[in-house]
Amino acid sequence: MLEIRNLHVKLEDEDKPILKGVNLTVPAGEVHAIMGPNGSGKSTTSYVLSGRDGYVVTQGSATLDGQDLLEMAPEDRAAAGLFLAFQYPVEIPGVGNMTFLRTAMNAQRKSRGEPELSAGDFLKLVREKAKALQIDAEMLKRPVNVGFSGGEKKRNEILQMAMLEPRMCILDETDSGLDVDAMRLVAEGVNALRSPDRAFLVITHYQRLLDHIRPDVVHIMHDGRIVKSGGPDLALEVENNGYADILAEVAADA
Amino acid sequence: MPDAATLTQQVPTVEGHGAPAPDALSLRLGEVPAAGPTAAARAAAAARLRAMGLPRPRDEYWRYTDPAPFNAASPTLLPLDTRADSALFADVDRLRLTFVDDRFDPAESDDLALSGVEILPLSRAEAQPGHWVAEAYGRLEAASQHPVPRPFAALNTATATDGAVIRVTGVVTKPVQIVYRRSDPAADVVCHHVLRLDDGAELTLLENGLVGARGNVVIEADLAPGARLHHIAAHRAGHARVAVTHLFARVAEGAALKSFTLSLDGAHVRSEAMVEMAGDDAVAHVAGAVLGNGEGFHHDDTIFVTHGALNGESRQVFKKVLKNGATGVFQGKILVKPGAQKTDGYQISQALLLDEKSQFLAKPELEIYADDVRCSHGSTTGAIDETAMFYLRSRGVPREQAIVLLVLSFLADALAEIEDEALRERVSDRLEQWLTAQAGTLG
Repeated sequence: MLEIRNLHVKLEDEDKPILKGVNLTVPAGEVHAIMGPNGSGKSTTSYVLSGRDGYVVTQGSATLDGQDLLEMAPEDRAAAGLFLAFQYPVEIPGVGNMTFLRTAMNAQRKSRGEPELSAGDFLKLVREKAKALQIDAEMLKRPVNVGFSGGEKKRNEILQMAMLEPRMCILDETDSGLDVDAMRLVAEGVNALRSPDRAFLVITHYQRLLDHIRPDVVHIMHDGRIVKSGGPDLALEVENNGYADILAEVAADA
Repeated sequence: MPDAATLTQQVPTVEGHGAPAPDALSLRLGEVPAAGPTAAARAAAAARLRAMGLPRPRDEYWRYTDPAPFNAASPTLLPLDTRADSALFADVDRLRLTFVDDRFDPAESDDLALSGVEILPLSRAEAQPGHWVAEAYGRLEAASQHPVPRPFAALNTATATDGAVIRVTGVVTKPVQIVYRRSDPAADVVCHHVLRLDDGAELTLLENGLVGARGNVVIEADLAPGARLHHIAAHRAGHARVAVTHLFARVAEGAALKSFTLSLDGAHVRSEAMVEMAGDDAVAHVAGAVLGNGEGFHHDDTIFVTHGALNGESRQVFKKVLKNGATGVFQGKILVKPGAQKTDGYQISQALLLDEKSQFLAKPELEIYADDVRCSHGSTTGAIDETAMFYLRSRGVPREQAIVLLVLSFLADALAEIEDEALRERVSDRLEQWLTAQAGTLG
């Protein structure tokens, strides 16, 4: 589903490379995790895939179901089925959460040539999805993320994901700032969306989240590259020994 | 642009008469009605105007806005458009007063009888000997001429042809709406509304439409103790609109004024509000949301709130969205007189510039002569928040539509000053429709 080939990326403003040849394949139905120390390029990978300004791809490719992601506007990537759950969800004062959700849903449907959802159908759907994430009516009415706690913001991201039903979901440090209960809720929300035709890329510092969202493959990122890939045990190894051992081993192999 | 002095020189001598050419001010004043109950007030206003003169670009309060289009003897022709009348407020249960050019139009207006309020067109009130309007007409305008002169308000008092005269005696169950329509592409409209709210009375006043090729509107609102006035003005989009408006309000003890103005487009607009907090515990909120698109757009909000009593609360919330070379101006002042302790004064003016060609000029002022007050002001000028833009686009919202949402987000604080939820939603919907229609030229 998601294919990243030899991806090289630098910041628009400086010549310093951040991604130095990332290779990654995430097939439909699988959950892949990317772990790695700070500054290894994890978040940059998620931003480049979703089309944030400020990055320049100097080499390589990224495709979703064969479509060239890097050529598309962010909204077109979303309509094509890509979703990024933000590490820091953005507050938008004065725009109701419901208005935002409905605008996004209908914009994507329109882009795909599908009819808009009626107000009634939308309400029914949003209530049902919100309930599972313990998001109450009050929170749906409030302006987008304004005055939300850290946990509420992350649950709101998962609600958007549940409503938009993307095929490729990227979660950027969704566990940061979450207490144990909130993490369980978020993980349940994600697990409910797991399906044979949907894939996940879970970016995280810690193994904790992966106790709740069991990955099929774990990748270790370091200095702008995926340096090691393995099963769920690799996450446990990081948890127990830190990155130093793995990185030393990778260096020795090279 | 010429100031008053050069204008005078440009006026040619009328051939065949040997009389000196009339000066710009005389041309502007024309004939001041000399009979009727308001004749004395009109003559006094004309004398005030002669004493202060028409504004010149170098005058302190006209530094950012060229007075020439208002000084000119006659307006630039503004072709009538064939668009259907704005449906704004059309589905609100209200009492509608329609002014076509400079005259009240009874055929297009509702029956003026409504419980808790007496409504008369100014032209009719002036025909009634002993009508209270004789006392009220021009009084708040005259009182607001110091320390800053408001020449076009004096001009208005001197020459207004019509308006609404409204006395509110109780709580009025439905809003009163003033609608402006045009029938003459050259109409130079001068309307003067006089509102008097008795003790504990409450009124919602709606104002919309397009006032003449050039419009000069004054509202004088005198709020007795405990009275509440909600004023919502939504000026119809019209690229060539030239208008100067003044709201003069006196807010007595425990009374509250809430005024909100939506301005979409226009060529040259000066919108002034002068509020006197005359009694203790008075409240005044004056707010505005402005959207200007294009080089010809110039919109100026000039606000002056005077606290003269204890424990007053005033808010000025002005937001301007500017694009394609549009200019926005805000001159806002809070004056706290000696003894007006416990005053809570707040003022914010913000501009969202959608490109680098547009500009916002702000002059916030505080002048405080009491030592136990809380007054704050702020002014910001910024661009679209690219992080928020990316967030919206990453959810599938196209850039153009995302700009609409972010503009609505920016204006939300000003719209929040409309207390009535249903009316607020109508104004917000109108704004959203306009923005959506304009979306292609905003991004």
